[in-house]
Amino acid sequence: MNAKTLYDKLWDAHIVRDNGDGSALIYIDRHLVHEVTSPQAFDGLRINNRKPWRIDANLAVADHNVPTTDRSQGIADPISRTQVDALDSNCAEFGITEFRMNDLRQGIVHVIGPEQGATLPGMTVVCGDSHTSTHGAFGALAFGIGTSEVEHALATQTLVLKKSKNMRITVRGNVGPGITAKDIVLAIIGEIGTAGGTGYTVEFAGEAIAALSMEGRMTVCNMAIEGGARAGIVAVDQTTIDYVQGRPFSPTGENLDKAIAWWKTLHTDAGAKFDREVVIEASGIQPQVTWGTSPEMVLPIDARVPDPSKEGDAVKRSGMEKALAYMGLTANTPIEQIKIDKVFIGSCTNSRIEDLRAAASVVKGKKRAANVTLALVVPGSGLVKRQAEAEGLDKIFLDAGFEWREPGCSMCLAMNADRLEPGERCASTSNRNFEGRQGSGGRTHLVSPAMAAAAGVAGHFVDIRSFQ
Amino acid sequence: MRAFTTVTATVAPLDRPNVDTDAIIPKQYLKSIKRTGFGQYLFDDWRYLDQGDLDIPVASRRPNPEFVLNQDAYRGAQVLVSRENFGCGSSREHAVWALEDYGFRAVIAPSYADIFFNNSFKNGFLPIILKADEVQKIFEVVAKDAASEVTVDLPAQQVKLPSGEVFNFEIDEFRKDCLVRGLDEIGLTLQNADSIRAYEAQRKASAPWLFN
Repeated sequence: MNAKTLYDKLWDAHIVRDNGDGSALIYIDRHLVHEVTSPQAFDGLRINNRKPWRIDANLAVADHNVPTTDRSQGIADPISRTQVDALDSNCAEFGITEFRMNDLRQGIVHVIGPEQGATLPGMTVVCGDSHTSTHGAFGALAFGIGTSEVEHALATQTLVLKKSKNMRITVRGNVGPGITAKDIVLAIIGEIGTAGGTGYTVEFAGEAIAALSMEGRMTVCNMAIEGGARAGIVAVDQTTIDYVQGRPFSPTGENLDKAIAWWKTLHTDAGAKFDREVVIEASGIQPQVTWGTSPEMVLPIDARVPDPSKEGDAVKRSGMEKALAYMGLTANTPIEQIKIDKVFIGSCTNSRIEDLRAAASVVKGKKRAANVTLALVVPGSGLVKRQAEAEGLDKIFLDAGFEWREPGCSMCLAMNADRLEPGERCASTSNRNFEGRQGSGGRTHLVSPAMAAAAGVAGHFVDIRSFQ
Repeated sequence: MRAFTTVTATVAPLDRPNVDTDAIIPKQYLKSIKRTGFGQYLFDDWRYLDQGDLDIPVASRRPNPEFVLNQDAYRGAQVLVSRENFGCGSSREHAVWALEDYGFRAVIAPSYADIFFNNSFKNGFLPIILKADEVQKIFEVVAKDAASEVTVDLPAQQVKLPSGEVFNFEIDEFRKDCLVRGLDEIGLTLQNADSIRAYEAQRKASAPWLFN
């Protein structure tokens, strides 16, 4: 038998029909649905008089548009409300399970899938959202799709896909104290670039990845797409198996035993060939801060803002100049001297319980800096929020002058009322620092939850390893 | 889906790498539950000096005269040329809908992000990959004379410049066929309904927990 990569195994297990040209009809086990990318797909079903192929494969939740302030009276913004109402009525019409806005289980789609056990090892998981790569942390083949493919998945339970190439990124050895999954993945993107993973499914491997919790692995896979890879995956191990058991959608009894037996095979075989291998030494990874308008524009905390005049490539130099102008930064400024206006702790990258604990441990007994006008903490789901409150984390944040909000995507992409004003600078635990991402004219610096919390207290970026 | 065969048109140059989908169509417009009408918001943050929203008429806004699409020479362009990693970021198909609704039929760049690339083919919109030096050549041709027309010939897999110079491009056969014939992919897949049912039956037996 040929040695296979984990991606090869997942691909092979889901082939409905091999087209013989490198593409195949691939079966989709789980389809997660949210309000922004689905209305036109449901319309397409209606126009063509089609029905969802398998209703129980779908799970829906509204997350992008929902307010993070009190929402017991519904959504004030009529345009957002229309979109959430459309999801509610589409799910009701087609019989799809949906966690509605005021359901305790509501939250960011990439938080609730794993939390509910709706994401399981070995599955194919799709969603009309690029950060679906998150679910690859479970040894699942998970990737974002556009609305036409949302309609295709609804109507046929399959997608026509071209097989990607295999890449392995090995993070060798162990990270130093204070270094988190976010720093690991930002360092990886800094290394391979935002298009480095284009055309590949990336398997994250090595001691530093194996040592991560499931929350940490989700953070890493979440940002695979920022490195260009539509899907990121991590092999199944005992950490995975321990996490998925006992959740509402997880198998039980005899099915669980059968499932575990299969899950244990979900790793790359010794001797399997990758089209590209990248090795990064964990010990060299420092706390990371992005300085520009692309996630690859990232540096260690002790660095200085780069100088475009030292860049030889003309297209890159012009990109750097545009980024610095947009970010309002001067070349050679120490990163630690960059002052911030706002803090955002949340998003599908960093809104899970472990992220909130890390941030809370930094702000405990401290106060938000005077120049920081708003520090938002937005849990990833109602269940994460409840857990955090049970641990008293909400009190720690509130005492420090941070705001404690209702779950949703919030200021990661500012589709709701949470946003940056033009020129405002934010330490954000989200995943994209694109122009206007957190609000038109807003300036985003991507960091880990601990680094965001520390910046909120200090008023500027600081090295979490020496922060007292 | 609208079929794509041959387009002859002027070209709008967007000279930057990593043009992301947030730039192509900002988040506030994703609240629309329709598939049309996004063209007026294409490249919104670059194209207008003030902030827009779905309930603000674009006629009342201030266009940015510096931006390429606001310059007379490029009105009517149906081909966009840009740099590496075009369409990176979010999976929003609204990005393709906005380009297509604006009037663009094709984009030329050295590389694309996977999801954007994939979404394009579902909408009769052609993302063409040319080599970096060929893309550079097109930028130069347009810079010299904005009225230069290029011809995109999908059946022949060629981009033809006014000078007569021809650049060949690669495209997946299945995707090309769907575009040229304007085929509905869901309809095609449903011709395999029996295979899907057979797969499910076999899978239900070996992994029943996937069907709970």
